[in-house]
Amino acid sequence: MNEPLPTSLVAAPTGLAVKTRGLRKSFGAKTVLDGIDLDVPKATIFALLGPNGAGKTTMVQILSTLLRFDAGEVTIAGFDLGREAKAIRAAIGVTGQFSAVDNLLTGEENLILMADLHHLDQRAGRRRVAELLDRFDLVEAASQMVATYSGGMRRKLDLAMTLLGDPRLIFLDEPTTGLDPRSRRTMWQITRDLVAAGVTIFLTTQNLEEADQLADYIAVLDHGRIVADGTPNELKRRIPGGHVQLHFRNVQAVDTAMTRLGEGSRDDDALTLQVPNDGTPKSLEGLLDRLDRQAIPVERLTVHAPDLDDVFFALTGQPQPEKEFAS
Amino acid sequence: MTTLSGAFRDSVTMLRRDFRHSLRYPAMTIGGTAVPVVFLLLFVGVFGHTLGAGLRAATSGASYVGYLAPGIIVMTAGAAAAATAINVCLDMNEGIIARFRTMAITRTSVLTGQVVGSLIRTLISGALVTAVAFAVGFRPTATPAEWIAATGLFAMLTLALTWLAVAFGLLAKTPAGANSLSLIPEFLPFISSAFVPPDTMPGGVRWFAENQPFTPIIETLRGLLTGTPIGANAFLAVAWCAVIAAVGYLWARTLYDRLPTRAPRAVAA
Repeated sequence: MNEPLPTSLVAAPTGLAVKTRGLRKSFGAKTVLDGIDLDVPKATIFALLGPNGAGKTTMVQILSTLLRFDAGEVTIAGFDLGREAKAIRAAIGVTGQFSAVDNLLTGEENLILMADLHHLDQRAGRRRVAELLDRFDLVEAASQMVATYSGGMRRKLDLAMTLLGDPRLIFLDEPTTGLDPRSRRTMWQITRDLVAAGVTIFLTTQNLEEADQLADYIAVLDHGRIVADGTPNELKRRIPGGHVQLHFRNVQAVDTAMTRLGEGSRDDDALTLQVPNDGTPKSLEGLLDRLDRQAIPVERLTVHAPDLDDVFFALTGQPQPEKEFAS
Repeated sequence: MTTLSGAFRDSVTMLRRDFRHSLRYPAMTIGGTAVPVVFLLLFVGVFGHTLGAGLRAATSGASYVGYLAPGIIVMTAGAAAAATAINVCLDMNEGIIARFRTMAITRTSVLTGQVVGSLIRTLISGALVTAVAFAVGFRPTATPAEWIAATGLFAMLTLALTWLAVAFGLLAKTPAGANSLSLIPEFLPFISSAFVPPDTMPGGVRWFAENQPFTPIIETLRGLLTGTPIGANAFLAVAWCAVIAAVGYLWARTLYDRLPTRAPRAVAA
């Protein structure tokens, strides 16, 4: 877990990399962002945490000049988003959950394309490309077409392409979604190294552990609103210690349990009831005792460490919203 | 760095990207040449005897391949435009386009790269189709100056149809949709003076064939290559090309600026 770095250690910590006030965006009648206020100091990692459909990707698309916003004030790297999009584009880099790479080119050609678009002269460009291939462990795959790359390699190339322009602010939109644990750790290390070099990271994630591991500051986005924000420690203090999942034979049994226990969030398809519990022997004993005394027909139970569901349950009083729309 | 030199540099970079794509994925380029060649061989080898006999009076005794070849060369531009529309549509679904749109580069350079790339490929296809026509008996009588004028007209037509095709590619959500839209420029030559003279056609069709853009373009090319009368067709041909090019360019630019951020293909996990 990362505590915010002492100000004296942070390179050029003056000002904010991202500032939004009352940011709103709707698609037709559906409000996706409903008045967002954010402050992201330079050279820090900011995590926007939320489930699918919370509006995270929309947020990144707006801040990275891809989508227009409806109302509010947004300043990115000191420039006004409404009027100075081009200056913002020169200062930012974006690596999304959908890889922004050219599948018909090789890894090296993708990087050279970026060097050319950043108007590096040929020698400087080639040197930078070679450096990045080496740093991201892509030297061997450099001459293969990107279409043949694994998810992890693709994501690394994607980030390398973003870094070629030396952006001061990088948007990482769910950078580890779909990656195996090892690739995930690699991405985390790369992210930490970038911040140590003075880059600001705006991260979106559905993964509490990722936010916990990386972020100096977290904002929780739900249904287009920031429902909580703070350092990882501050947030975790507000989250109860996980939950116990009770499994039943049929819906009637779930009904019975719900009535008699008077708490929890049910899932009639999975035939489960989820009740808050920190998983200590003492509180488990208490729960077992209640199940026994009230004759609740539980088939079996499983203990879960705190996850995003619990954060949501604790912060919004609602189980995590249905994952029906892609963000 | 000035905006103009930046725009030029970005467009050259995008042209290089487009060139690499066409090397990796040559099916589209080959298709752009194969379709007109198939029509040429079909109409000369299979229907040619009957059509040629029927046309002898109308075409003052010229061989049918001599009448047909300029129309087929013009069709090359239409077939290539269909390939361009599909290419652009496929490309716009790639994640890299979203990246370009977040970068401080000249906005339309992606499109310019694709248009110039298509123009070069289509000129090569046009030359190949002309060579095949020559092999099956086409004997143009053009002077060097007429060859240059013919090439210039073909390039203008290609540029116009390519910008229109780019707009089609941006408008369509799927490559199949892009293909359907580009059937229009691909098959419009059938109801023109490409295969038979319009004055052999019945009333309404004849009016359409005489007044649609491909007829003056084909007549001008035929005149330059085989010496048939051109008259006002030259002016009409150039005017049509300019109008189509302007509409296609402005439409493509507007669509690109409004391009919704599509969810590109998800990464392979």
